[in-house]
Amino acid sequence: MSTVFLALQTNEDTRPIIEAILQDNPHAVCDEQPAMVKINAEGKLVVRRETIEELLGRDYDLQELQVNMITMSGNLDQTDDEMILFWKN
Amino acid sequence: MDMQVAKKKLGLKERYAVMTRGLDWTPSYQKMEDIYPYIAYEGIKIHDWDKWEDPFRLTMDAYWKYQAEKERKLYSVLDAYTQGNGHLNVTDARYLNTVKLFLSGISPLEYVAHRGFAHAGRQFPGPGPRVACLMQSVDEIRHAQTQVHAVSNYNKYYNGMHDFHHAHDRVWFLSVPKSFFDDAITAGPFEFMVSIGFSFEYVLTNLLFVPFVSGAAYNGDMAAMTFGFSAQSDEARHMTLGLEVIKFILEQDPDNVPIVQRWINKWTWRGYRVLTLVAMMMDYMLPKRTMSWKESWEIYFEENGGALFKDLARYGITMPKCAEHIALEKDHLSHQAWSTFYNYAAASNFHTWMPDEDEMDWLASKYPNSFDKHYRPRYEFWREQAAKGNRFYNKTLPMLCQTCQIPMIFTEPGDPTKICYREVDYKGDKYHFCSDHCKEIFEYEPEKYVQAWLPVHQIYQGNCFPEGTDPTVEGFDPLAAVLKYYHLENGRDNLDFEGSEDQKNFAEWRGQATKNI
Repeated sequence: MSTVFLALQTNEDTRPIIEAILQDNPHAVCDEQPAMVKINAEGKLVVRRETIEELLGRDYDLQELQVNMITMSGNLDQTDDEMILFWKN
Repeated sequence: MDMQVAKKKLGLKERYAVMTRGLDWTPSYQKMEDIYPYIAYEGIKIHDWDKWEDPFRLTMDAYWKYQAEKERKLYSVLDAYTQGNGHLNVTDARYLNTVKLFLSGISPLEYVAHRGFAHAGRQFPGPGPRVACLMQSVDEIRHAQTQVHAVSNYNKYYNGMHDFHHAHDRVWFLSVPKSFFDDAITAGPFEFMVSIGFSFEYVLTNLLFVPFVSGAAYNGDMAAMTFGFSAQSDEARHMTLGLEVIKFILEQDPDNVPIVQRWINKWTWRGYRVLTLVAMMMDYMLPKRTMSWKESWEIYFEENGGALFKDLARYGITMPKCAEHIALEKDHLSHQAWSTFYNYAAASNFHTWMPDEDEMDWLASKYPNSFDKHYRPRYEFWREQAAKGNRFYNKTLPMLCQTCQIPMIFTEPGDPTKICYREVDYKGDKYHFCSDHCKEIFEYEPEKYVQAWLPVHQIYQGNCFPEGTDPTVEGFDPLAAVLKYYHLENGRDNLDFEGSEDQKNFAEWRGQATKNI
């Protein structure tokens, strides 16, 4: 299975988001690099709105992620509730 | 940031459909082929444009909202950085040469990308890709502008950045990135999407931006870091567009597969050759290194690109065969490039230097198979010669590759002691190439590449001197005339870092910033 990844800027906006992603994806590995956090996951990575909202304590629109994203890898599917990165192999 | 989240009446998928396909109409009094004249000649067959969907499902209203937020963040950081004399906090003034290289080599490409996506978007009959291309086109002009704004602060203090666009169109090595993009925008709309959208954005852009941006962060350059991150937040979307476009084309018709495969082969190689400049920047120009070129190639191309090509295998797409050649070059690329720039520093818009002992040890640890054997002895010799007052600046112009326009500096795959030369005879003229891949690209479209504006040929033909120059006068110095034509000042914008005005000013200003004088 190939690895997908999502890299986000290191800042106060993304801290709870990264926490939520790691909570929802126990197989994901968090790689802290200068000024950025790269989350690697075998096969699939799911970003869930609800978990982010719980940790953030406010409503959250997944498209807000646009502001802090750096790079990603894998096929993407985004809805109001989830953003999924995946490989089909 | 604490954004208000409005309750939406429609879900994301419905909103996307309404704001893209819902805005399209079928023309009644004009023929489709008159409205979209460039869509058929490349041989790509599309049966159903509605099958294309942006997986982010980003609509223009949301786009403006988030882009405005990015701009607010960016410009407040730039203000703070400028107000706090941030330029004096970079690790070492050598770092600024990275910024010069970026501004003159890459920022003008952002502008060309803006034009390219505006053009490609206009040509696609499908509203999905059209809207995505529009967003990318606006992103790209934003990148060009924010980069110019961020770097303008450095231009107040340091040399070589004053006329970057003029330099981009003229300086010998800048024809490498320039001709890469010119090649892409003069292709058809589908090839443009595969070249820039897929090969460059998806496969290669991580190698350009991620090391550059973390390099900026590591070296205390908050201005470049922040424009880099701001641009990079758009890149994630561009990569997704690139991948979606390629999957869409491949799914539409099996006849598209061989055409796309040829474009992938061509543009992976073309993009990789441009990244030579990035390889050199990572291994030599960042005073504080983030990772080596070789390491980043392994992570972002071999590992990540490997996963991608495995995923595309279901369409019959295979890893471009140039990947094997690149694997053989990864121990050598940055060293061969830096050696060349050290040689030609008299004709460049940035400064060069020889790595110090610590830096040589770092290079040896990152390149155990090549550095001590092939490159350290060379550098030690040059350093010795410079110390004796024999710093040699090469003023003989090099032979260029007709396709990538890089001087013929690369060695044979597998033999780092022998320069790689290839040539082709075409209509009575001889053309030279740095590799089998550049040669193949030429052979497929010779009529395109015979038109290349090769800086060395142009200088020899007398086309790169200021107007009114008489090259026949006694004592004519061609390099001095070429530098004038480049708008570069000899002894200030070029040559070694050691002894430069940048070095002197930085040391003096940093001293003033920490002491009461």
